[in-house]
Amino acid sequence: MLKPEFPSSDAVTAAALRPLAPSGRRFWALAAALAAVVAAGGVAYVYQLFSGLGVAGYSDHGFWGIYEANLVAFIGVSYGGALVSAILRLTQARWRAPITRLSEAMAVFSLLAGMLFAVIHLGRPERIWRLVASPQISSPLVWDFVAVMTYLLATVIFLYLPLIPDIALLRDRFERAGGLRFKLYRALALNWADLPRQHQVLHASVSVIAVIIIPLAVIVHSVLSWAFAVTGRPGWDSTIFAPYFVVAALYSGVATVIIVVAAFRWAYRLHDYIGLKQLRYLGYLMLALDLLYLYFTFTELLTEGYVMNAEVVPVLESMLVGQYAPYFWLFILGGGIVPLLLVCLPKTRGVPGIVVAAILVVAGMWLKRLLIVVPTVAHPLIAGAWGSFQPTWVSMSITLGAAAAIPLLLMLFFKLFPVMAIYEMGEIAEEARQDALRLPVTAINQEGLPS
Amino acid sequence: MAKSRVALTRRRFLTALTLAAGGTAAAPFVGERLVAATSAAPEAKHQWAFVVDLRKCDGCEHCTKACQDEHHLAKDQKWINVYRISSADGETHPMPRLCMHCENPPCLKVCPVGATFKNAEGVVLVNQQTCIGCRTCMAACPYEARYFNWQEPPPAPKTLMPSMPEFPVPQLKGTVGKCILCVHNTQTGKLPACVEGCPMEALYIADLKSDAATNGRETVKLSTFLRENDAIRFREELGTRPRVYYIPGHGQKLIF
Repeated sequence: MLKPEFPSSDAVTAAALRPLAPSGRRFWALAAALAAVVAAGGVAYVYQLFSGLGVAGYSDHGFWGIYEANLVAFIGVSYGGALVSAILRLTQARWRAPITRLSEAMAVFSLLAGMLFAVIHLGRPERIWRLVASPQISSPLVWDFVAVMTYLLATVIFLYLPLIPDIALLRDRFERAGGLRFKLYRALALNWADLPRQHQVLHASVSVIAVIIIPLAVIVHSVLSWAFAVTGRPGWDSTIFAPYFVVAALYSGVATVIIVVAAFRWAYRLHDYIGLKQLRYLGYLMLALDLLYLYFTFTELLTEGYVMNAEVVPVLESMLVGQYAPYFWLFILGGGIVPLLLVCLPKTRGVPGIVVAAILVVAGMWLKRLLIVVPTVAHPLIAGAWGSFQPTWVSMSITLGAAAAIPLLLMLFFKLFPVMAIYEMGEIAEEARQDALRLPVTAINQEGLPS
Repeated sequence: MAKSRVALTRRRFLTALTLAAGGTAAAPFVGERLVAATSAAPEAKHQWAFVVDLRKCDGCEHCTKACQDEHHLAKDQKWINVYRISSADGETHPMPRLCMHCENPPCLKVCPVGATFKNAEGVVLVNQQTCIGCRTCMAACPYEARYFNWQEPPPAPKTLMPSMPEFPVPQLKGTVGKCILCVHNTQTGKLPACVEGCPMEALYIADLKSDAATNGRETVKLSTFLRENDAIRFREELGTRPRVYYIPGHGQKLIF
């Protein structure tokens, strides 16, 4: 009963290091395809630099749009990765062990992609150093900058700390081969020698960073929402915006963790370690957040729609019955209700159903971010026609390029580092074995956990 | 003993982490200075304001044209824009909207680099040499008074002066522009381009300091003029305290 649950450490090590072996044609074909998409985005950005932001689809009545939505969406996804890992660590959920590494790496790379849009959306990106040299503290963008930089530091530490024992293992394996790779591992392993004291320090550090990263991510998303909310525009002028953004981030983030975990499980045949259980539990987490997000959406719409403040009505109307209604209801259906059903119904609760639900959630939440940004910006504040934001090939290429960068970076990262937390999995297997010795066999349920 | 060791390391780790996080957080503030002047200097010679007499405005948009010529603006940049406001009786009436040069400008405080500032005479200006082009000010302005240079702006004749907040000609691509109340003209005793260009004499440049306003033909005592004609400010309820006053007329309704 315990065997499939906690496989031997040799098997885990072999599986976790599978991506490090020379890759086949399929790997490099996919990597090349993703790199081409990233390069196309780069070319589009250079074109935008020379031609001005107008070529991305912006205008004075559509002054924010796709890049701002991307910024929120990608950083939101990052939060999900960090949080899944942090919460599961703090609650000592043993099933977390094979997926924490993937979640933490995803958190770092999607954050980097999101931060990219903070630069891409600027009219004068070459002046961004002024945010450091002469910031104006009253600006929500300065708060954003500080919060995101701090969060970046935390996510990198959060990825790195549990990696140290695994890097040490690689260091020992590559010692004979030597070379650059060995030197890299040796430097990053920080003289890890499996000493009891090192274990203590590592445990303490990981717990602390796991505790810190949760409020930090809440802060990052609250601050992001305030960049919109403090402008007082109809549609953004909402007191629930901060928690609304936090839940949105979690929801899309957990969905992304599901996609990443399922993709690596499939590509590197990790089925013995990452079971249906992991994906299903993540699916339940996504389900809870789905309901929470729909609840927040309903709350916001109810108060606005009931009061019918003259300034808010046009924005609300455009969203519920007007020009943006098809997108809004598409989101409710495709990004809210269908994923809910897919995870709820026993028939579709398998891996394919959960992954499809997660893909719908990520796409739906991206659309929702556009729906948060565009109608409020396009709505005329005084009189006259509505503006619009129409994405162009430039902004679409850049968006796709940044999105492709995340899987590409993950693929390359796991060419260098183990895809599962070997050390941690060994530790947990050991814990489980000890529990099994202490408890009568009947007290162990199917999860291998004491009931 | 082992326990005390753990506590010590944890504390150490926490301290180090707090220092690192705090250091990262504090880094931007090291070079911090109060970049933007947030209020006018009362001792300045003038305190500029503006009056729009809606009774006279016929919506010809000569003001818009004059402004665009003066500042060599693209056609979609209407620093003074004539809106058509629908009134309760179903008719539409023209209403020119320029920058309100608010005493409490929402655009100013959201700028991350302090590129928007208020000069000593109460005029809200943008330094296009430092603007990073994030457009948060456009989001914050409740009057839609700000415009972005999405493309290369139209060519302007060579001037002796470089583009500066008081005379942003030519406009700089990737930065925000707006009405500057023609500070380059008022400095030398000339009228703003829109006031000069209004054939209906509906626009007045005003000075709170000397309590006078002129449309180029007649000069009035500002306080009396505003009081006797029931002048109002656009969206008073927002607390922005605009320096632009409207004299209602035509029976049109202003949005509140």
